[in-house]
Amino acid sequence: MNFDTLLPVGIVLTSLLAGGFIFLVKEESHVLRGVLNLSGAIVKLLLVGVMIWGVYHGHVYEARWTLAPGLELVLQADALSVLFVTLSSVLWLVTTIYAIGYLEDSPNRSRFFGFFSLCVSATVGIALAGNLLSFVIFYELLTLATYPLVAHRGTAEATRGAKIYLAYTMGGGVLLLIGAIWLHVLTGPVDFVQGGVLSGSAPALEGQLIAIFVLLLAGLGVKSALIPLHGWLPQSMVAPAPVSALLHAVAVVKAGAFGILRVVYDVYGVAYASSLGLLTLLGILASTTILYGSIKALSQDGLKKRLAYSTVSQVSYIALGASILGPIATVGGMVHLVHQGIMKITLFFCAGNYAETLGIHHVSQMDGVGRRMPWTTLAFSVGALGMIGIPPIAGFVTKWYLGLGAVEANAHWVLLILAASSLLNAGYFLPILYRAWFRPPPEVWPAEHLHAGRFETQGTLLWPPVITAALCLIAGLFAAAPFSPLEWAQLIARREHGL
Amino acid sequence: MTAHLLYGGAGILLFVLGVWSFLVHEALLRKVIALNVMGSGVFHLLIAIAERGSLPPDPVPHALVLTGIVVAVSATALALAMGRRLEDEDDAR
Amino acid sequence: MLDSLALAVTVPLLAALLVTALPGRVQTLGVIGAIATALVSLRVTVQVWQHGSLRSDPGGWGAPLGLALQADGLSAALLAMAALVALAISVYATGYFREGERRLHFWPLWFLLWSALNALLLAADLFNLYVTLELLGLTAVALGALTGQREAVAANLRYLLVGLLGSMTYLLGVVLLYAAYGTLDIGLTGAAIRPGPVASAALVLMTGGLALKAAIFPLHFWLPPAHANAPAPVSAVLSALVVKAAFYLILRLWLDVFGAIVTPAAAGLLGLLGAAAVIWGSWRALRAERLKLLAAYSTLAQIGYLCLFFPLLQATPEGPARDDLLAALVLMAISHGFAKAGLFLAAGLVQHSAGHDRIDELGGTAQHLPATTFTIALAGTTLIGLPPSGSFIGKWILMTGAIATGQWWWILVILIGTLLAAAYVFRVLSRAFNEAPTPRRFVTQASTEVPALLLALTSAVVLGLGAQLLWRLMGFGVVA
Repeated sequence: MNFDTLLPVGIVLTSLLAGGFIFLVKEESHVLRGVLNLSGAIVKLLLVGVMIWGVYHGHVYEARWTLAPGLELVLQADALSVLFVTLSSVLWLVTTIYAIGYLEDSPNRSRFFGFFSLCVSATVGIALAGNLLSFVIFYELLTLATYPLVAHRGTAEATRGAKIYLAYTMGGGVLLLIGAIWLHVLTGPVDFVQGGVLSGSAPALEGQLIAIFVLLLAGLGVKSALIPLHGWLPQSMVAPAPVSALLHAVAVVKAGAFGILRVVYDVYGVAYASSLGLLTLLGILASTTILYGSIKALSQDGLKKRLAYSTVSQVSYIALGASILGPIATVGGMVHLVHQGIMKITLFFCAGNYAETLGIHHVSQMDGVGRRMPWTTLAFSVGALGMIGIPPIAGFVTKWYLGLGAVEANAHWVLLILAASSLLNAGYFLPILYRAWFRPPPEVWPAEHLHAGRFETQGTLLWPPVITAALCLIAGLFAAAPFSPLEWAQLIARREHGL
Repeated sequence: MTAHLLYGGAGILLFVLGVWSFLVHEALLRKVIALNVMGSGVFHLLIAIAERGSLPPDPVPHALVLTGIVVAVSATALALAMGRRLEDEDDAR
Repeated sequence: MLDSLALAVTVPLLAALLVTALPGRVQTLGVIGAIATALVSLRVTVQVWQHGSLRSDPGGWGAPLGLALQADGLSAALLAMAALVALAISVYATGYFREGERRLHFWPLWFLLWSALNALLLAADLFNLYVTLELLGLTAVALGALTGQREAVAANLRYLLVGLLGSMTYLLGVVLLYAAYGTLDIGLTGAAIRPGPVASAALVLMTGGLALKAAIFPLHFWLPPAHANAPAPVSAVLSALVVKAAFYLILRLWLDVFGAIVTPAAAGLLGLLGAAAVIWGSWRALRAERLKLLAAYSTLAQIGYLCLFFPLLQATPEGPARDDLLAALVLMAISHGFAKAGLFLAAGLVQHSAGHDRIDELGGTAQHLPATTFTIALAGTTLIGLPPSGSFIGKWILMTGAIATGQWWWILVILIGTLLAAAYVFRVLSRAFNEAPTPRRFVTQASTEVPALLLALTSAVVLGLGAQLLWRLMGFGVVA
């Protein structure tokens, strides 16, 4: 037991312990609960900071725990895990602040924040999982921890959404489990190693390896909402806004996408996966999902629904990046893990603010909202423009690298997908921005909650989207700075491709 | 050898009769009796195998039969007591 | 030094006498007796951990006349499970049976049952197993009918009769073995046994008789009403321990007595019955209207999972892979024991609070009892086989075995069983989310809620993360 072992364990435990204590906190003890929440988040962030520094300098953090012979729970930090850990810890802190404001005076907060913390623990566990078994364990835990969050409101609609969510994720979980066990039988424990571990497999195994990939992809595709496994995502929109933000940007969808990256790069190895023809499969699925999600988003009037379909579409950029052979496309896919997260969380925070402050739930009610809530709308605009891919916002960087990577790999059809998708993104986001900024506001808002204070809404609701919107700008503007998401993605790509 | 077969065979026959009776009869009392017949069959068989020709008989099966009878009696008693309880309730209605 | 094996049987017997003799102090004596019994049981486990298998001949008679007791890794593991589960149930019972006659009746029977259970796990010869099995059955029936309600008495009377049929059939098998091999000792019989009609007949009779007691599909019909109508602590004992004891006997016989004569077809049949139990039990659990009935049907399914191991054990040659399967089997049995006990105890609290346990009407109750809802959730995690529960590890190894021996069809069964289990567990849990008022605190009655929660927590977290200890206890390999 030394520091290098304790660090990854500590990063998982900070939120786990906080969550455990929060369950026991009495409902009316706001302060104690808030202190537990925030201290968990802040300590975790500090530990992650240490980890970033260490991993950048080639330090190895690893903790192993034997469950049974041949079955080890491994937490380890490589460049890819650090990318995801950082994303989830930063956004967890922001989302916690937002959630404290959002859920003020609503029932069952101890239960909510308890599961909220467990959810983040599972997510960082996924990020730090060092082998397939550990990944599966945390992946299933994430399902368990998020179910109560989706069902939180307890209305008939929420219960139904949670049921659908559970049916999809459990089904996917079982497929993933079978794939993982099958692979385990074929090759022994499957550690995640940069460059993959399967490339030297005997040709006779290829058939089985392809079948296993399909199983794993089916399991991961559910959470990452790949077509045709995306059905749960729009349904789980009934959850409170912070949960939506968590599901779409930090935890669930990301866990699926992250898993796909792990399987492609660190289990199969991108070159070997390509030689088995698996990347084509992934590419086709990702492209179809990108277009389908965007097309569905066009016709949604519900703001959160529109954002949900936009997530379906946007997350698949990550899988798309993985499906193109070549380091530049890898950079595009990896960096989008972060970029999609900060942009989408901004959008969901803003959607939550409109709903909480003015009672706006539909795009058609958003006329002139920019004048009533300029800061929120500004943040929303940054997120939306980023999604479309307007420079200098983060989303542009993603699309640039994906495009370059496609050219490098001679996959010119990808450019068509990118162009079509950007047009569609503009098609469903620009009308919102037009309404918000240029249409006159209505006489009365659907359900305005007045509150005392200098700003357009409470501070705990306002600052989180403003901060994440700023992050979107910074990630785009300072993409070349050290420790930027792009720099880090390039570091990963160099290591994955052995450059 | 024939004695073995005769007694042993009779024991197994009793056991089979008991099982048959247990399965086809509804009434509690008959089921309990059937179980006891089964038990007797098994004990019969045990006594048959204790015989060792010119040697003194094997004491182990005898001990087993004694123990077995005790167990069977207590089980029968419990079954009858519970049956009685049910009947009392039925009468009370 | 006192013989620790004999103590594990006599201490609970002594406790039974004490609580009968001093009814005025029944609660205090009950708790003390439970702690003492748990300690002597755990002492056996610790000794097995340190020295490997133990054997003793109380009275010094030795085989074949004396009554030998022995403990190996398998029995030590189950002994420890029984000790911890029974201790938790005892604490719970002090809160559950607050007053009245039932309290006086519960404790003596309870200690007799515990004593019979320990004796069964430690018995070294086939006839002793019969006696302990009967003792266990009789006390279990008496406890099950403790409420005195008509359904409970009727269900347990049926349980008693079926149990007697099963144990008589078992006894006939024992007699056949003695006639053929002249010994009752498990080890000696196992060494002497040869393929032939007598041995096969004994295998069929003994397994069939025990299958009735272990409620292996399709001989399970008596279990759901008996388990669902007993008082909560008793249901917990029945499902977690009593059924397991019969299953332990089947396992013991197949491993140590009939090891040489079991055919793949026989093992396959047991696996097939297990598969049917998994699917049928889970399906009925999903359709159950009452929480305790759901738990009872889920026991069927869980026993089914254990049966799935037999064809795999049969097809796997001696070595680490077979050891893993065996340990996984025990791990699943233990995890289920903890989880099911926790679930039944929780169900008892729900019933107490709501006055009923109809699942569709549980809405507000779940909200009032956060700790109990948590218990149900954790136990449910184990029943589904989700990480990090012990049964997740068990299932992982089970599926590994199925793939490695080419018997992939079992995977399909496990897949369906897992999804059905998720459906029935979350059918209950979804009631916890509603618009009822927020509960004020996590725990309301510590003496009942905490034991249940600890049991469920053990099954869902401790057994999974600490699974390797079981390998060590069973003497399998050196864990790196």
